[in-house]
Amino acid sequence: MNSDRSRRDFLVGATAAAAGMLAACSPAARERFFRRHFQELTPSEIDARMRRLKEDYDRQLGRPTTVSARAALPNTVYGYALDLSRCIGCRTCVYACVKENNQSRDPQIHWIRVLEMKKEKGIDFEGANPYYDPATVPDPDHFYLPVACQQCRNPPCVSVCPVGATWQEPDGIVAIDYDWCIGCRCCMAACPYGARHFNWGEPSLPAKEANTNMHVLGNRPRPRGVVEKCTFCVQRVREGRYPACVEACPVGARKFGNLLDRESEISKILREKRVFVLKAELKTEPKFYYFYSL
Amino acid sequence: MEPGDRSEEPAVSLSQSKALVPLLLLFGLGVLGILATLLDGHSFVPPEGAAANRAYGPADFPEVFDKDDALTGLEEARAAGLAIPVPGPPLTEGLYPCSACHADMPTNPVRRVVDAHGDIVLHHDEENRWCLDCHDAKNRDRLRLASGALIEFTESYKLCGQCHGTQYRDWKSGIHGKRTGYWNGAKRYLLCVHCHSPHSPAFKAMKPLPPPLRPQYLADQGGSHEQ
Amino acid sequence: MNPFSVLRACARHVLRGNRAYWAWIGFLLALIVWGGAAYVEQLRHGLIVTGMRDQVSWAFYIGNFTFLVGVAAAAVVLVIPAYVYGWKPIKELTILGEILAISALVMSLLFVVADMGRPDRWWHLMPPIGRMNFPSAMLAWDVLALNLYLVLNVVIVAHLLYRGVQSRPPSRFALPLIIVSIPAAVAIHTVTAFIYAGLASRPYWNAAILAPRFLCSAFCSGPAILLILFQILQRTSDIKIKNEAIWKIAELMAYAMFLNLFLLGAEIFKEFYSGTEHLVHFTYLFSGIHGHHALVPFAWGFVICGVTAFLLFLFPATRRNPVTLNIGCLLIYASVYIEKGMGTIMPAFTPDTLGEIYEYAPTLHELRVGAAIFSVGFLIFTVLCKVAVPILSGQFDPRRHASAAESAPTASAA
Repeated sequence: MNSDRSRRDFLVGATAAAAGMLAACSPAARERFFRRHFQELTPSEIDARMRRLKEDYDRQLGRPTTVSARAALPNTVYGYALDLSRCIGCRTCVYACVKENNQSRDPQIHWIRVLEMKKEKGIDFEGANPYYDPATVPDPDHFYLPVACQQCRNPPCVSVCPVGATWQEPDGIVAIDYDWCIGCRCCMAACPYGARHFNWGEPSLPAKEANTNMHVLGNRPRPRGVVEKCTFCVQRVREGRYPACVEACPVGARKFGNLLDRESEISKILREKRVFVLKAELKTEPKFYYFYSL
Repeated sequence: MEPGDRSEEPAVSLSQSKALVPLLLLFGLGVLGILATLLDGHSFVPPEGAAANRAYGPADFPEVFDKDDALTGLEEARAAGLAIPVPGPPLTEGLYPCSACHADMPTNPVRRVVDAHGDIVLHHDEENRWCLDCHDAKNRDRLRLASGALIEFTESYKLCGQCHGTQYRDWKSGIHGKRTGYWNGAKRYLLCVHCHSPHSPAFKAMKPLPPPLRPQYLADQGGSHEQ
Repeated sequence: MNPFSVLRACARHVLRGNRAYWAWIGFLLALIVWGGAAYVEQLRHGLIVTGMRDQVSWAFYIGNFTFLVGVAAAAVVLVIPAYVYGWKPIKELTILGEILAISALVMSLLFVVADMGRPDRWWHLMPPIGRMNFPSAMLAWDVLALNLYLVLNVVIVAHLLYRGVQSRPPSRFALPLIIVSIPAAVAIHTVTAFIYAGLASRPYWNAAILAPRFLCSAFCSGPAILLILFQILQRTSDIKIKNEAIWKIAELMAYAMFLNLFLLGAEIFKEFYSGTEHLVHFTYLFSGIHGHHALVPFAWGFVICGVTAFLLFLFPATRRNPVTLNIGCLLIYASVYIEKGMGTIMPAFTPDTLGEIYEYAPTLHELRVGAAIFSVGFLIFTVLCKVAVPILSGQFDPRRHASAAESAPTASAA
């Protein structure tokens, strides 16, 4: 008898304590903790979340921001082509991307990695060097291969995510819900291109350097402990602009457009130039092509 | 005893051997020793100098990243009704219209190395070409095509395209050269001369922006541990 | 007896012990506190306090997780002879194997949690409130398999101990559950291997041989701990553990060791003979590349330890000699531990997908958290054995204090 009553008392007490703790949290904290996956939100819930995100970022950055949840444009699949005859390895694209996409400055995160390779060996990752720092580029014996997310048609990162935090949008961009990712880094092990980056520490973004034109799946400041990667500047391309790296490249080596449009630059490149993709044997079928115009 | 018979009586019985404890202690010490060798100063201050040991950001290069001229000149070019909307050519300040000086100057059509406009060094097939192959002798405000037709400076791509046909073809479809603007809308083309000086077109080598930080220094930049 | 009073009786047994017992418990608790503090720091600063970076994004924690899943699977080496072949000397001892499985599983789950960037989002894995990317994500399968196996073992152990306390035989449902634990054990390590083997981006792992290698190394390393435990129990308790039981397990381990070495040899042949680009990972492991050779001593270490242990276990004379038997156990444990951590996880990331070599080394934070998690596992193991051993030796008295004849497992030689 005694033990039965003490067991009942314990259970009642534990339930009361749990309920009390939940009630004591603010509604914002409760909402933050129990946020559902982005793909499961209704349009009005998305609006509400964008409003709350905007308030958070206004406060965090001290200036007015916009947080868009713009969906994919119809009849659009983005493709990218990079002219290896032209790239001089100046890394302007790398830092333009950092500026546009609010990447953490410390710990440093770069979404684009430029690999310097020997001309006589061709594309050989084992001999690639991302830390080149000569007095001037291009170095006559080397060529340069920038690598970022290839937005694969058959993305291995999407298959391995245990919680489904990353998925492919209808316009071909592989997106991440930064509020759903649990930071297990299975996707990073699965990516053959080293395109995914992890927020190992608390990301730091000086408020005056931030880009306030943000997309929820793109360049909004990420929290600690989640994975991020190139999103083809989803905040720009869904408004019709070129990604930041395309506009920053001083030699015009980067080309972007809609693969479904026969008259776009990217479609013309696929038709008129001989393109190739990295690690084709893995059948990831990237939408990021490389070609030589010379 | 037949071959293969196994006796149940070992030389030293398991329950009486004194070997286990010393072995376990030795094992434990060995593990600790190996662990000590692994911790060989993983977080250390990056050595001075090498760029790959410091975390740079775009704010370190304001001359490159502070301007946002991606759409500059796009509206004017479209308003000007040009066949291919390009921003104005990068003419040296105060020199255009050229006819301001050249209208009254005598023309010397003899091929030679010209000493006027001394800041221009011709390094563009100078064995076979000289100034008046591209600049019209009589009207210095125009460029002259091989057919004799005169074109404005805003259409200089037609002149370049006479010899560089493949680049011209690629430039017209957007494959060659920097292009900004809207992938599904107005695009800002640049003239050839915006990137390639017509007198010395080869790209000058430039200093690259710094390499990324090496991963072993990621934690030691001074920010992340002090939170 | 109702469950509450059984629990109270067990608690009484756990809380009574001699100085050596409390010294051991104290040591474990100290490590847990020391490592727990390191984990709190990791929660505050993020995973940047570890040595992992984008280039080597899985390392110490996942290496330990892989090894411990193997140890958990090793209970099968006891269950098969005992229940499938009905071999009496081991039958009573299988519960100790299952207790080891529980401890190892708890440790491996804790290592996964320690490795997560956002442990506060653990519930994202639990449908219906979360979302599990089933069936394409191997990690989702692994979460299911590990938790099912843990529940299975907890049910079996709790049931056997409960009935043991009451001096009643187990119910007839215990046997099917124990038999089911055999394929379940094979399943957990196979699914863990599939997490790695399915990644085309990591050619070092993307081989069909990975799952069989994992199983063989599991079956030769996990029982090593049990052999040492059995020898301790032979000396310090009244449980009848025949030498025969220990030798039979050692014999089964010898088979597993041979297969382990054979599969390693098969992999090495394939890589070195065909000599493709993928060879670079093995070259890094066994001879270093471009001046990077941090793993080379460990690689040769695990091979030499593994071969030596196999030879010691192969010959009956050395298998039965207590000195060489224990040397063999420690060698194979060390060999498989190094192989799983440094030999499986790290070379897959070195060089990384873009050819970069980042030589990872664990930081003190990681080692402290690892020590804490191992201490949690040892604590669970100690506590459960503290209950199970008196039951097995027939000296568990639920009504009074623990009898004087029962003594805690001591480390002092008899």
